[in-house]
Amino acid sequence: MSHKIFSLGDNALTIEFGNEISVELNDRVLRLVEVFDKRSFTGFVEFVPAYSSLTIFYDVFTVRKNFPEFSTAFAAVKNSVENALESLEAPQKLDSKAVEIPVCFDRESALDLDSLAVENNLARQEVIEIFLSQTYRVFMLGFLPGFAYLGEVDERIAARRKNSPRLKVPRGSVAIAGKQAGIYPLASPGGWQIIGRTDIELFTPNEAEPTFLQVGDRVKFHSQNL
Amino acid sequence: MSIIVQKEGILSTVQDLGRSGFRSSGINPGGAMDKIAARLINVLLGNNESEAVLEMHFPAPEILFEKDAVFALGGADFGAKLNNKNLENWKSYFAEKRSVLKFTGKNFGNRAYFSVTGGFEIEKWLGSASTNLTAEIGGFRGRHLQKRDRLGFKQKIIDIKQKFNYKIAGSLIPIYNRFPTVRVVAGAEFELLEASSEQFFSRQSFTITQNSNRMGFRLEGAPLELLRNKELVSSAVSFGTIQLLPDGQMIILMADHQTSGGYPRIANVCEIDLPLVAQLGANDKIAFHIISLEEAENLFLQREFELNFLKFGIQIKLHR
Repeated sequence: MSHKIFSLGDNALTIEFGNEISVELNDRVLRLVEVFDKRSFTGFVEFVPAYSSLTIFYDVFTVRKNFPEFSTAFAAVKNSVENALESLEAPQKLDSKAVEIPVCFDRESALDLDSLAVENNLARQEVIEIFLSQTYRVFMLGFLPGFAYLGEVDERIAARRKNSPRLKVPRGSVAIAGKQAGIYPLASPGGWQIIGRTDIELFTPNEAEPTFLQVGDRVKFHSQNL
Repeated sequence: MSIIVQKEGILSTVQDLGRSGFRSSGINPGGAMDKIAARLINVLLGNNESEAVLEMHFPAPEILFEKDAVFALGGADFGAKLNNKNLENWKSYFAEKRSVLKFTGKNFGNRAYFSVTGGFEIEKWLGSASTNLTAEIGGFRGRHLQKRDRLGFKQKIIDIKQKFNYKIAGSLIPIYNRFPTVRVVAGAEFELLEASSEQFFSRQSFTITQNSNRMGFRLEGAPLELLRNKELVSSAVSFGTIQLLPDGQMIILMADHQTSGGYPRIANVCEIDLPLVAQLGANDKIAFHIISLEEAENLFLQREFELNFLKFGIQIKLHR
């Protein structure tokens, strides 16, 4: 499978496997993370896995000192990535965690559920049923601490972003944008269509692992009646 | 040993060099906007360069020293006075108990830094003392400093050698400017710019708009156009990433940027010139000069060598 490697400024590089939301590409990203988790290079700082790319931040000073045979830290890290890509194992099932998340769909929580149903020519209850029928994968975390990008949402309930974002989306809001779903771990401005709310704490700053969800997790929602 | 805020400033937060290792959880690194200023004043005081500092905007707070302290200022020049005596940046001062530090005017720049010998006593969150204003955690109670807030010092006794006025001289001090040309390396989507836009990018200047803060600076200038519109799925962005928005205008992502984004990445400001950007404010102008990655890395390395040299020199002076 093809890939592109490009710099992200002078202390990071991105390996891009494609430009789409797909389980196959995301699996590749996560397998590359696994390879580096086991065998990192001197000067490695951190990873940022995304839908179809992995970005690696590195310390230029340390990399240059340890890989004097390369003219740039970028070239040294790129070489290390290319070696890792060669040893990337054949697709196998990733060790992922199954997570259950209760969602309340009452009118107070599901701020955009009615309009989303109208827009998609469905009844309110149908939207909920379609949404709950599926298991979602955590493709990446970003935007806010602990905000997980979930996919893929059924075409029938896909939704455009709001024309003007809400100034304050309530914490715990479960929302849809395009074929993505997400949960707001904190109250924040946001333009996604809100279809429900959960009480699960997605961001627990004082724990060693501060986020409830991790990349690769499989998420199943169920309806919670208050 | 502590200082107390007597008058609140507009946005004063505790910062250090940022929180690393948690971008994959959506937690951005944050940290000082002008990292070289924060590092230099810490180095000058004999501190670890990643020691927590106070980042101030204008109007800046009025600070009372509740005990004797040695401190230094760097970055923007807000007309600092200690008991009505004028102070310079990049110089260490001894403040007697009950002295007052005031900032009297915005002479230059937008972010001033304040550090004390030994550092402030700040509980770290995920390895860093930086304030994350979005998550309301880290730094001083996850928020900007308010009247009557008290910041304690880690070091309780001042050594006589620390009381001398040391000053940083030479090439390490950034040459700030309200119209800088900053060096950038091309980004992943630079090639997608139309030929005329490519020229605009490196020949024109762009104005920093009011809509600029610790998350990013919105620029205004001749709109840039892409050869073809490219929809990108979200991927990582960084401090200094220059994104092209759908209206053809650019944004430079700053210290509190989100960890990922989906707009085309035109370029990235080089690490060495980020401090110049960090000191800009509304209506200042910026121009870009594209350099190779190799050149960018070499400039960065050269500065790191000089900084290490300075660190070494100061350690000898303070501990001889």
